[in-house]
Amino acid sequence: MSDVSWPLWEVFVRARRGLSHTHVGSLRAPDAAMALRNARDLYTRRQEGVSIWVVPAAGITASSPDEKDAFFEPAADKVYRHPTFYQVPDGVAHL
Amino acid sequence: MGHNCKIDGVEGVQVFRGVVLQVLAWGWCGCNTYLVYGNDFPGPDGGLLGEVEAAEAALRDAAERGLAGAAGRQGADEATLRDYFTAVIEADQKIEPRDWMPEAYRKTLIRQIAQHAHSEIIGMQPEGNWITRAPSLKRKAILLAKVQDEAGHGLYLYAAAETLGVSRDELVQMLLEGRQKYSSIFNYPTLTWADVGAIGWLVDGAAIVNQVPLCRCSYGPYARAMIRICKEESFHQRQGYEILHTLSHGTPAQKAMAQDAIDRWWYPSLAMFGPPDTASTHSEQSMAWKIKRFSNDELRQRFVDMCVQQAEILGLTLPDPDLRWNEQRQAYDYTQPDYDELMRVIKGDGPCNRQRIEHRRRAHREGAWVREAAAAYAAKDRVRQEAAA
Repeated sequence: MSDVSWPLWEVFVRARRGLSHTHVGSLRAPDAAMALRNARDLYTRRQEGVSIWVVPAAGITASSPDEKDAFFEPAADKVYRHPTFYQVPDGVAHL
Repeated sequence: MGHNCKIDGVEGVQVFRGVVLQVLAWGWCGCNTYLVYGNDFPGPDGGLLGEVEAAEAALRDAAERGLAGAAGRQGADEATLRDYFTAVIEADQKIEPRDWMPEAYRKTLIRQIAQHAHSEIIGMQPEGNWITRAPSLKRKAILLAKVQDEAGHGLYLYAAAETLGVSRDELVQMLLEGRQKYSSIFNYPTLTWADVGAIGWLVDGAAIVNQVPLCRCSYGPYARAMIRICKEESFHQRQGYEILHTLSHGTPAQKAMAQDAIDRWWYPSLAMFGPPDTASTHSEQSMAWKIKRFSNDELRQRFVDMCVQQAEILGLTLPDPDLRWNEQRQAYDYTQPDYDELMRVIKGDGPCNRQRIEHRRRAHREGAWVREAAAAYAAKDRVRQEAAA
């Protein structure tokens, strides 16, 4: 029974109000409630956060680093998505 | 214990409360580092903690630079993948879990990170030995927090190792079966309260010198775990130094106890840096992969040079009659630790090897019902939720 391994959880902590949750690491726990408690004890011993998310690692779908270039390529040739692409005539204010 | 260590007493408790109030008074502040680690966090030139901060900044910078000519396309051959791996390391960027990496790089990291994690877990024992006998409530609260940190460091490291495709359960099993090692230093006994001070100052001090360069390790999850660990370790080192300072300014018996602890911990601490460069087997490849940044002897020298002045302020003596400043080398000459002893202790024949591993096995065994109960509860809860849905 004890060799039943607990699932892996990824932990995200919001350091302060106004900031987004950031990935800080992972841990093992039998269920979500325990994962949250363990995350508090492990990753916020020094007031590092005001809010914690725990996510089952198995529930995360990640893009593969192997196809990194092909996957993100469509964004590369659309420079007109950036404001710096456009020429602004001299003297225009508030643009 | 014949020694009377009641040196903090009631005022100790008040100091502790004062610290809590101070922390509360800081309240919200713009910088988390300040809030958590105090206002004495030095800049880039400010010692080891400064180096940790610099490593953290370098990590962010490297991430922003990006790497030109990214390869690693789907179906790329191994030579291309290897070139990309090498290019990332040469550009001082981080290898991340799902990147291609040479099998030997993965194995080296698993071995090193696991050994490091096991050291944190076993490292709870020598000091845990003194929690019930700490000389005051303040010291007890601090020691509890420190031992809890060590458990936490072990878990950060197991989490980092898990990103390399090994599970925590496998690693724990390897420790219990003696198939993976932990730092030899934890096979020495803690005979007096002063040993808790000596461990903090010397053992944690040596660990910090060893670990600060690891904050720049080429493997991302390990580097990030080390940044976190090093920041927390500095509290450990300071609390040890403070214990020794208090003892050395106490009664003659207390001072003698502090000196005795240093006499016993000095050489084992020097041995923590591993065998001399001429005999170190893993170093060269680890340097090339930027897992390791300095040689064992370089780090050992750095540690000695730091300790000399700190010992002077303690008013205690490092037990090395040949310790002296070498003007030419701009470093201290010192006596090497007994490497034969180091090898004996690593191979299992130190003063407490059997006791440490037996204790860990017992703790694991006796904790089995907790793991089983938690798993059973989680299973029951799942069934209940499925029924309700």
